[in-house]
Amino acid sequence: MRKIYFILLGLFIAKTTTAQIDSTLFRRKPLDSTGMLLNMDAVYNRPFLSVGKLPVALGGYVEANYQHLGTDGISEGHQFQMRRFTLFVASGISRRIKFLSEIEFEDGTKEINIEFAALDIEFHPLFNLRGGVIMNPIGAFNQNHDGPKWEFVDRPVSATQMLPATWSNVGFGIYGKQFQKDWVLAYEAYLTNGFNDKIIDNSEGKTFLPAAKEDRERFEESFNGVPLVTAKGAIRHKKIAEVGLSYMGGVYNKFQDDGLELDKRRRVDVVAIDVNSTLPRLKTFINAEWAWVYVDVPATYTQQYANRQRGGFADIVQPLYTGNLFGFNKSVINAAFRFEYVDYNVGRFNETGDNISDHYYAIVPAISWRPSPQTVLRFNYKYSWRADLLGNPLSKTAGVQIGFSSYF
Amino acid sequence: MKRFININLLIFTVFFSCGKLEPKAPLDEDILDGPIEGLSTEQNQMFLRGDIAFNDDIFTKETGLGPLFVSTSCGSCHAGDGKGHPFTTLTRFGQTDENGNTFLHLGAPQLQNRAISGCEPEQLPPEATFSKFTPPANTGLGFIDAVPDADIMAMADPNDADGDGISGVPNWIALKGFITARSGSITNNGKHIGRFGKKAGAYDLLQQTAAAYNQDMGITSTFEPFDTHSGQEIDPEVSNQTVHDVVFYLRTLKAPVQRNINDGEVMRGKELFIQSNCSKCHTPELKTGISPIAALSNKTFSPYTDMLMHDMGKGLDDGYTEGTAKTYEWRTPALWGLGLSKNSQGGAYFLLHDGRARSIEEAIILHGGEAQNSRERYNTLSQQEKQKLIKFLESL
Repeated sequence: MRKIYFILLGLFIAKTTTAQIDSTLFRRKPLDSTGMLLNMDAVYNRPFLSVGKLPVALGGYVEANYQHLGTDGISEGHQFQMRRFTLFVASGISRRIKFLSEIEFEDGTKEINIEFAALDIEFHPLFNLRGGVIMNPIGAFNQNHDGPKWEFVDRPVSATQMLPATWSNVGFGIYGKQFQKDWVLAYEAYLTNGFNDKIIDNSEGKTFLPAAKEDRERFEESFNGVPLVTAKGAIRHKKIAEVGLSYMGGVYNKFQDDGLELDKRRRVDVVAIDVNSTLPRLKTFINAEWAWVYVDVPATYTQQYANRQRGGFADIVQPLYTGNLFGFNKSVINAAFRFEYVDYNVGRFNETGDNISDHYYAIVPAISWRPSPQTVLRFNYKYSWRADLLGNPLSKTAGVQIGFSSYF
Repeated sequence: MKRFININLLIFTVFFSCGKLEPKAPLDEDILDGPIEGLSTEQNQMFLRGDIAFNDDIFTKETGLGPLFVSTSCGSCHAGDGKGHPFTTLTRFGQTDENGNTFLHLGAPQLQNRAISGCEPEQLPPEATFSKFTPPANTGLGFIDAVPDADIMAMADPNDADGDGISGVPNWIALKGFITARSGSITNNGKHIGRFGKKAGAYDLLQQTAAAYNQDMGITSTFEPFDTHSGQEIDPEVSNQTVHDVVFYLRTLKAPVQRNINDGEVMRGKELFIQSNCSKCHTPELKTGISPIAALSNKTFSPYTDMLMHDMGKGLDDGYTEGTAKTYEWRTPALWGLGLSKNSQGGAYFLLHDGRARSIEEAIILHGGEAQNSRERYNTLSQQEKQKLIKFLESL
């Protein structure tokens, strides 16, 4: 009898809930269009949907694509990929306390990550606290990585294979911003858990900062007890450009355990600069990032693992058509072009004095159609060249990528 | 409506023509990797497994690397299955005659010059003589492996009976416990003919592979179970199946394909090569016997080696040896694939056993001992003739 009562109660609640779904109650949080936002604001500059007076707003984005790539005459054939499905939950706990989380499902459910889950407490425009799982503000892409913001199916190689994309860690820090007429100046600085020795001991066979993400313990325990320092400063003029300068550094190895010394402290340091601007009249958008990586690799290890890396990308996006297309009134057709380069191993062989190659570069001409500002359909042709460690003939990869990405 | 039709047409055109927008495969003759013809589908699968283990598996601390090592993967020494680079050149030390290696207690025969963090790499004992070995190309090894011992012995001339100044002897080596001798193998005082390695110190590709895992990467197997650092027998860090897959891969890599074979200068160069008696040791053609891999049985191939040891003179005597070979004796290296060496050596030549020769001509000039007469004949050639001979060698 009791069971029947609960079933009936459940059905009643479900019916009531269904009846309450009324699309007029959903409110879209408008995106900031003042032109004063910075890359570091990207986590909050997303479309959210809130329901009625609930203090919680939801959002997310999805990315999927088709590609046919071939390397030196060998192709994996037609590939259909569900790259990402990301959910955001934001909550205004009080007027000056808010919480945002971002959970990402990559390649189906192959990787499920909490990319961001931080509480912000606002004290003053120039001084605010943030704590939780934060995204280390290195370069521009790491924080401003949402698929719908980009005209390219692939993320920049320098931001995914040299720097770790969506590199987030548990920690705390401060941030602030100062407006002055058309200028905005901002900073962020955090102490978080950091890297581990996978960055020079991994199955990629190269210094590979993203390998640190394999350590699933990093949200619970620092690998060596030394905090990673990440800091970024950015300045923007509304009509000219934004320039960001960022630094991230710390100790990556386990130099002691149980009170016993195991090795000397070995550092990893990263410096990045990012620039973006929209040219007046033509409305050409230019976005570029360049980073340098320095790793203290033991001299008795192998030079296969670099102690220096550098790389970056430059994207140019040119709107070609704005207007109605297939009934989408705010359609924009863009032509875009990306150039990217990464030198995974800057240095010379001890044995010969010759240059260590191990580099990559690519060009990506693209056409994108944005039927709405929050949705992008993209057609890319990517051609890349890869040199091995020794500088043997380049391996060439090229092909077509067609995909979409959209906030929801 | 017309717009939709055009877009659909565009999408279908892209979909069905995308292969044309991709880089073309290099010509078969321009690369060293790829299987021999005639493998079964099952053998193709084994070849692919071996290819992945050889070229893609990179060892880490977690998967057993080291703690002392020279390289982290097979492929890093043999890029594109070609010759190696000084970056991964091996150093062997401690043996000066047929009585064996007297430095085994100090880490011989191979120096592991790199170490994972927290460990110190080996140092060369100051009193030990040593030799550096540039990693060889892997191609066509299955053909070399399938030559009957009798054919190798038929090329040997230990007492120089024909009076041409060239002798040629096998390196007689003791078989490791896990090695099974080939049928029809010839022995001498219980020792067998070595055929792989600069000193022909390895009997077959299983010995070569197991030793490379162990000595080059610090990876133990059931075949070579002792850790090179501690000297202790430890759990295998690579499976038997993976070792066998790699051995199969090496056995079934294709033979290099000669290029420009009908070019007049190349043909003339080959004539000069034979007239200069280079072909006495760099034997142009050999034939395989019966092989368990049908595609390797009874094949005539052109490796340009006799697989024998030759006195190469004082200039190439490093004071180190293996098996019964003298320190001045070296196994004739196969010349096939020579012209493609630069494609795996970073765009430059590193020739002879230790990479000291930076050009084919320099390698010829550094020949001594039994090869001295051939070197002198080369020196008497006109500049044009030398160029033709080198062009022939580059076509291999």
